[in-house]
Parts: sequence; C-alpha cells; structure tokens
Amino acid sequence: MDTIFFLVLRRMRTPLLTLIVAYAVAMAGMAIIPAQDADGNPTTMSLFHAFYFVSYMSTTIGFGELPNAFTDAQRIWVSVSVFVTVAVWIYAIGNLIALLQDTTLQRAVAERRFRMRVRRMAHPFYLICGYGQTGSTLVKGLTDRHLHAVVIDIDPERISLLQLDNQREFVPALCADARSPDALESAGLKHPLCRGVVALTNVNEANLKIAIAAKLLNAESKVICRADSHEIEANMASFGTDHIYDPFDAFALYIAVAIQAPCQTLLVDWLSGFTGDTISEPHYPPHQGRWVICGYGRFGKAMYKHLKEQGLDLAVIEAAPHKTGIPAEGVVHGRGTEAVTLEEAEIRRAVGLVAGTDNDADNLSIVMTALELNPDLFVIARENRLQNKELFDRVGAHAIMNPSTIIARRIRVRLVTPLLADFSNLARFQDEVWASSLVARIIALVEERMPYVWEVSVDQERAFALHDAQDRGLHVTLDTLLHDPRNRERQLRAIPLLLIQNGERILLPALDERVEAGDRLLFCGLEEARWRMDWVLQNIHALRYVATGESQREGAVWRWIAAWQRPR
Amino acid sequence: MNPEKVVFGFFIVLALTLNFGFFVGELDNPSHHHAWELFAVVVVNMIATVLKFGDRTQMGAVLLATSLVAMLQLIAASLVWTFAVYATDAGLTASIMASIVSLSGGAMIANVVSVTLLVIETVMLRR
Repeated sequence: MDTIFFLVLRRMRTPLLTLIVAYAVAMAGMAIIPAQDADGNPTTMSLFHAFYFVSYMSTTIGFGELPNAFTDAQRIWVSVSVFVTVAVWIYAIGNLIALLQDTTLQRAVAERRFRMRVRRMAHPFYLICGYGQTGSTLVKGLTDRHLHAVVIDIDPERISLLQLDNQREFVPALCADARSPDALESAGLKHPLCRGVVALTNVNEANLKIAIAAKLLNAESKVICRADSHEIEANMASFGTDHIYDPFDAFALYIAVAIQAPCQTLLVDWLSGFTGDTISEPHYPPHQGRWVICGYGRFGKAMYKHLKEQGLDLAVIEAAPHKTGIPAEGVVHGRGTEAVTLEEAEIRRAVGLVAGTDNDADNLSIVMTALELNPDLFVIARENRLQNKELFDRVGAHAIMNPSTIIARRIRVRLVTPLLADFSNLARFQDEVWASSLVARIIALVEERMPYVWEVSVDQERAFALHDAQDRGLHVTLDTLLHDPRNRERQLRAIPLLLIQNGERILLPALDERVEAGDRLLFCGLEEARWRMDWVLQNIHALRYVATGESQREGAVWRWIAAWQRPR
Repeated sequence: MNPEKVVFGFFIVLALTLNFGFFVGELDNPSHHHAWELFAVVVVNMIATVLKFGDRTQMGAVLLATSLVAMLQLIAASLVWTFAVYATDAGLTASIMASIVSLSGGAMIANVVSVTLLVIETVMLRR
C-alpha cells in the first residue's frame, strides 16, 4: 500500500507544483490589471472573482467575461494565461495517466490486490507454486471438489492462462518468483488457514528452496514437493518435507504393481481418477519374458530397478551410456529409433517395451518401429509434453507415462481424499480375488463412469445430525446412512470403503457397523449419492426418517396439530 | 549543498514568514490584514505541501501533516472571507475579520512546528 501511495505522490509532485504556480500567476495577473465596471469606472477584480474566472478558463474555453466585460489589458493577459493554464492541465493529466500505465505501478497494484485477497481468504487453502502442466491439473482437481488454492508462478503468461481457465472456485494468482520468501508470505504462507504448500515448479532447486522457506516460516504447514532426482529427494526429506513425489519412480512402481496385481491397480486407478471420465481398461503387463528399455535416464533407471525386482529378463538401449551409466546386463548402443538397434536388443523375442527417452518424437518413433517388428509387444511410452497427447493415444501404447499427470493425481488424492491413500496402502495387502470382486461391485454401481470418492467426518460441522444422533436415542449403523432420505426403501448407490474408528482402520466395513461421533468414512459411488447422504448427515428429520421410518413433526405448533389430528 | 533542500527550506520558511505578515496587526481591523497577503500565504503553503509529498520517512510524514493542517486553516480563512464579502449583506465586519485572522494564526502555529522540525532535522544531520 505504502509503495503505491508514495509512488503516486512523488510522481505527481512536479505536475501539481506547475499547476499551482500557473493558477497563482494567472489569478494575480487578473486581480492586478485595472478593470472597468459596467459604467466604465475604473475598478479591480477581486481575488475571489479571479479564482473563479481562472478555474473555468483553464478547464473549458467556452466562457464569458465576468463579473464585468474585460478591459483590453485584461484580455491580453487572458490570452496568454489560457495557453499556459490549459497546457499545464494537459501536462498534469497526461502525467497521471502515464503513471497509471506504468508497469511498476501496475505490478504494485496487482500485488496489493493479491495480498488483500489472500488475507481475506475465509476457507482453508493450499498454496501452489508453479502453474505448469502439473499445477494446472492439480488446481482443477482441487477446485472441482470446492477446495481453495492460491497460485504463484514466475511466468506472466501462465498466470493469464489461469485467469482464462474456468475454475469452480476463485483462485488468486500472483506472478512472482516463488523462491523469494516475500512472495510466499504474500501468498499466505503464514495465513492461519494455509493448509499446505505444494512446490511443483520444473526447477528442482526452486522446489527445494520453497520447501525450506515453507518449513522455516510456518513449521506447521504441510509441504508437498516434486523432485526429479534422488539427491534432491533426500535433501528434502532431511528437513521434514511431508510428501515428496518423484514421477519416474512413482510410475515404475505403479507398473511393477500392475505386473503383480492388475486388478488391484485397476481398482486404485478408478478410485483416484476424475469422476465422470470413462472407466479405464485393466492392463495386463506380461509378468515373465524379456523387456526392452529404451533410454537409461531417470525414468529408464527407475523402470530397470522395479522390473528387475520382478525377476524379468531385461535389455537396455541407450544412446549415451557413458553419461548415464551401464546396467549389469550391458547396454545396446543406439537410440532405439532404428530397427537395427531394436533387433540387436532382440525385440522379436521380447514381450514388453519401455520407450523412455526424454524426447517425445524419439519415443513415438521407437514405439512405431518396435510394433512393426513385433506387434504383440506390451508398450509403455513416456510422454514428456502434454500437447503430444493425441499422438500418444494413437500410437498404440498400452500404458502412457506422463510425469505431470501422475504427480497431479497423487497430490490431488493426498489433499482431497487423504483416506484414499490409506485405503490404497491397505488394499496392497489384499489378494487379487478381493480386488476383482470389489471391481465388479463398483462396475455394477457406476456403470461406465469413474466412481465418485468422498470422505465423511462425523463431527459437529460436517455431520451435524449424525453427531447428535446418540443424544436423541437414534441407533445409526452404516446401513442407515446408505438409505435414500427420500424413500428409505431404496438404497443409495455407494460402497463404504474404509472406516476409521478409534484409530482402527476397517477395510470394507460391514453394514451393521455402528457409526459414532469422531469416525471417518470413505465412500465411493455416484456423486448424486453423496448429496443425498449429506441430507442424512446434516438434517435431523432426514436422519430420523431413514433410521426409524417415521417422520416426526418437531416444532411446537406442528406437534400440537399432530396431537389434534391423531384422535380423529 | 543539495539544491532540492534549498528550495524545500525556502518554501517552508516563506510560508511561515508570509503567514506571520498576514497575522500581525490589530486582530479585528481589516485595514491591517490585506487580501493579497492571504493569497500569497495560501499559494506558498500549497507549494510547500506538494513539496512534502512522497517522503517516506517519519519526519517527512509529520512535516506533511503540519502542512495539511496549515492548508486546512488557511482555506477555511479564505472561505470565510469570500462568504463574508460576496454571500452576506453585512460584509467584512470586525468580528469576521477577527475569526479570519485567528484561523490564520492557527495555520501559523502549524507552520512554526513545520519550521522547528526542519531545523531539528538539519541539526541532527549536521551531527
């Protein structure tokens, strides 16, 4: 605030001074020069009249001569002062307009407005640094669930893109360098409602700096970071960064799990997908045989490590092995885009292919060549840029690895439905039969679309009726919650996935499980079921109806009317 | 020597001296207080006020505040004068002259504070 105010004052000093001097001189001249009254007697113009005359002379040049017709001497003076005062006015106004267009001022104004908006945030929010592919996907995921976000990005173009994107909630955005603690602070790092900081810039060092600043300035904030190298990851972990996501490692692990347990992977895929998308098909990556990995960079190494743990036979193709290092199996020298190199890696004998270089054109070319040589391959392609999505969709890869989408999805799940992360961890210990039966139940529930996943916390604010149910003598089980509040004969289309009761985690809780204050629940199903269930959670009449089947009249007058009606 | 400081000090002191010039004389005697003097005081005070714009120091803020007080008093004085002469039948009576001059007296105190602050600042700079 101060900066802008003083900036304007300082810049306006000269124009204002010129204006004052021009007025004073013009007024003095008018008052000094002898005048005539209506009868031709000599008189002088008073200072008041001089001020009045000069005021309208300098702003509009359509005027009469007041209070009396001027003498010729006065007219000479007026013709001089008209030019001076008008010019000074134009100069002063032009200066003010130029000042408003000044980029320094505009940036100061934008920053001030941003600070005010952040300060006035009334709901919990997340501070997201970096609005690239990952950041924009994450912001969309958060705002779709009515969570709030504040964005900082160094690129003004991305900030204007954000303003064009259609978000469900208002997202304040600032164009600033997130590495500076000042910018983080003005974006609400110290705000009591700031739930956490998410560092998603494409520069590892910047993410590291953001994490450090966040931990130092607000020790209670949750810090979530993207890290592309193990060094940075270890560094971030050393000072207590809460969650660190390495897209390459995350995807390689995902494939490794998919090889072992395709159904489980499908289940987690569906639950963490965007509601309303068409449900995805399961992948069945071959679990024995030879895999060819093209590119032995960060992604290639992660894939190598996880596939090796599965006991698969691996061949690696790398164009610059002296830079990346050489795995135990040795390396086929080349890019993999030519048939010769692929043949050398015995592609015809292989069951799987990983096209994992950091160049999208190379990856596409590898996939196309390899599929020509061996059409039965299971192909994993790394997609570096989101704009190449259509090409990758057509090339015939079975799984596409896009770093930004993976990270955005993981972080979204972590922030929007933290219980889902717990659920995935628990599900990992279950067998495939368990997973496939749950998948079948979900298909029956939601048909062709991704299921909607939501959490219920039984507390005063989010489940008002349920929280007080025990005091009112109502016996509420999970089954009660799954009845439609409009017609209790009907079931809501939802499945309870996880119940957390007194610190105990119950996977797929039984329907006769009692629900008590303080419990946390995870459901999946139709979005519509959630809104119905909210009625039961918040409205005591709806709850009483689904629990007992009677809709009692609660107000004094209504009870009186009911008592009057009953005898008849 | 900083020419900016010279201009600054000049106008602040001039505002005080002109103000004093208008103020001296019998309180309610119109012939002791001339309209032109008041005009000059208002103009010089305006210039002094604008010169104080944009100074972020604590001293600058107080200086600006005293100038704004002086402006308020002086504009009130000139309005009273204008109303008395042009908007009332009684004209410039002794009692109205007295209130005009006492208003300018208030402005003079503000100007005195201003000059004192200026002197203090200068002395502190010397040390």
